[in-house]
Amino acid sequence: MALFQIAEPDAPPQARERKRVVGIDLGTTNSLVATVRNRIPVVLPDEEGRVLVPSIVRYAEHGVEVGYDAMAQQSRDPQNTIVSVKRFMGRGLADVDDDRRFPYRFVESPGMLKITTRSGVKSPVEISAAILRALAERAEKQLGGPVEGAVVTVPAYFDDAQRQATKDAAQLAGLNVLRLLNEPTAAAIAYGLEHASEGVYAVYDLGGGTFDISILKLSRGVFEVLATNGDSALGGDDFDHRVFCWAIETGKLPPLSPADARQLLVKSREAKEMLTGHASAPIVAHLASGDEVNLDLKAETFADITQTLVQKTMQPVRRALRDAGLAPADIKGVILVGGATRMPRVRRAVAEHFGQPPLTNLNPDEVVALGAAMQANALAGNRDRDEDWLLLDVIPLSLGLETMGGLSEKIIPRNSTIPIARSQEFTTYKDGQSATAIHVVQGEREKVADCRSLARFELRGIPPMVAGAARINVTFQVDADGLLSVAAREQVAGVEASIVVKPSYGLSDEEIARMLQDSFAHATDDAAARALAEAQVEADRIADATRAALVADEALLDTAERRVIERALEVLAGARDGTDTQALRAAVEALNRATAEFAERRMDRSVKSALSGKRIDTLV
Amino acid sequence: MIDPSGNHFELFGLPATFRIDADALDDAYRALQAEVHPDRHAGGSDTDRRVALQSSTRVNEAYQALKDPIERARYLLALRGIDAFDETDTKLSLAFLESQLERREKAAHAADVDDIRALDAILAEVRGEMHKRQLELAALLDDASAVDRAKAAVRELRFLAKVAEDVGAMLASLD
Repeated sequence: MALFQIAEPDAPPQARERKRVVGIDLGTTNSLVATVRNRIPVVLPDEEGRVLVPSIVRYAEHGVEVGYDAMAQQSRDPQNTIVSVKRFMGRGLADVDDDRRFPYRFVESPGMLKITTRSGVKSPVEISAAILRALAERAEKQLGGPVEGAVVTVPAYFDDAQRQATKDAAQLAGLNVLRLLNEPTAAAIAYGLEHASEGVYAVYDLGGGTFDISILKLSRGVFEVLATNGDSALGGDDFDHRVFCWAIETGKLPPLSPADARQLLVKSREAKEMLTGHASAPIVAHLASGDEVNLDLKAETFADITQTLVQKTMQPVRRALRDAGLAPADIKGVILVGGATRMPRVRRAVAEHFGQPPLTNLNPDEVVALGAAMQANALAGNRDRDEDWLLLDVIPLSLGLETMGGLSEKIIPRNSTIPIARSQEFTTYKDGQSATAIHVVQGEREKVADCRSLARFELRGIPPMVAGAARINVTFQVDADGLLSVAAREQVAGVEASIVVKPSYGLSDEEIARMLQDSFAHATDDAAARALAEAQVEADRIADATRAALVADEALLDTAERRVIERALEVLAGARDGTDTQALRAAVEALNRATAEFAERRMDRSVKSALSGKRIDTLV
Repeated sequence: MIDPSGNHFELFGLPATFRIDADALDDAYRALQAEVHPDRHAGGSDTDRRVALQSSTRVNEAYQALKDPIERARYLLALRGIDAFDETDTKLSLAFLESQLERREKAAHAADVDDIRALDAILAEVRGEMHKRQLELAALLDDASAVDRAKAAVRELRFLAKVAEDVGAMLASLD
């Protein structure tokens, strides 16, 4: 009722419950946390006023150091100080093109590599969680209470394994993930809303370890991603490495120890950064080996040795434009994101390709976190009516299934707007075949071997039939986080199998349980007690709602269906009496699954009743 | 909340015709997503969020089906009980197939000698023919209800789209 809400023009907006939510840019090189304060997005600094948290984690003798503290020790303790861990998220050792380039003690592990540190073997998910925890603590201190929700950004070109790993890391850090948001899309929100822009924009995002290009249409409050492309293993780090190799070659250095290599890499990065404003930069280092480095890197030399890297970003740019059906001239503005876009050569290449100078009036380090904070605010329901916008994002890489002959049959093509679901029917190829293997892959290549394997699972219990008689329906559902779940159902007998895709990258349930235990060990008992109390409240809520629904809509269920739900209620009641939070959550989830079909039927009926003039609120 | 029982056209409040008001479709799509998108229900119960995911998925599916002319024609035929791309019936007219075969050979030759202008010309020609098929489809589906001829036209349109895609890929590889 608008009439009752007229406030005096100068009066502060009515105080209402605003949720403490944040946007987090979990970067390869640096991470940031931002929030919306008095309707303005701000990045949160530390006590010394620094907004960036170097994405560096050191497993020290006494505990874990994150950020500048870890950074200060990196040359002294390179094997226990992990930098650029984002490059390893959802990746196996085989994906790391030159593992000798890193001073770490890698451990091969199914799907995702691990690193041996003095505190034990750590996965990239655990290391990322340490960074996220540091950011959450910073936010909690400044917001005056626990963070209730977070939007965490990911490169647009991250595949399902990398996205899932990021979400796992956030959950491990105790964050309630409201949404995974693509970094270029976050930047477009921050830019577009600030400048009230309309038209088609390109976001060129060259970060520390990833490159994304997204083409977005902004109109009347809708951010519609038309196409996205990129390279999830190309970034500022690679420019540092080129300088590092140049220094070794030019300085005729012998093979370096991990500590010396890290020191020279740090100097290489400093030289690269200096060249943004200078014609040349010195690289001076006294190595532990006794070797002295004293070189002078000229801007032209730097441009020459990194030319191929700049060119490498242009192929995804062309592909994204082609997928969007647009020419460079159709682009109204190019938004630059990521610290690596400060390099003059990169700016020049972008300007040449699009025939216009890029937009640089936003801080390329902060724009993603700011956009994420705005989206977190919107998702939490904190926004006001005039801040109404909608994001329509896409899936970056096609999803498919392995078919006979090791080929990938695409089920959902890249650049499809999410959420999306697609079904495909398959059959058996042998008489009496009772099981079939389902192999889910992601990528554009024809051969399964060239795509990323996301998951394998089996549909068992197909009743004996002649070859070709079974009808196996496989449904892919991609949610608004860009995460995939797959369900398979044999239509004739109704056998079902479904999974949320995640096993291939190798986090087994035991591992997650161990990680959770590890993280609980750092937390206080209070946190565990609070988690249990919250789970109990949720359990009571859903149990009550289910019982009420069973009474109200008995007629919608047959006896067998009713028994399944009642059984799930009994299991939940058992878990409710215990103190095992995980078991209780699992029981809640099981009840949710058991009642999903029932809820849909009630929803359908409520719609039909509404159409026939009945009141909806008496039904739901 | 969307009505799950209606067809794609009813979902957007549009007449079930091949000729479509693209702006009205866009507007209706955006208005529906603004209501049902999971971002609008992020703070809801598990059931709310599941319904949002399903509804938003449904709206995306319907929009994709109506936006693309081939999919739209296929859907209109499906509403009349006809499977346009029935795999047991794959025939196309011989004259059509022959002319496409010839065209593909010409394109392959142009690609071999890096003749971008010739490829561009072929692509423009194919797109012109695709446009003509769409006008035919509008007449066959909306005015005449000649479903058999519409089925033939949409199959040719899909074939042409594949040719255009292949020529586009050749152009891209020369880039």
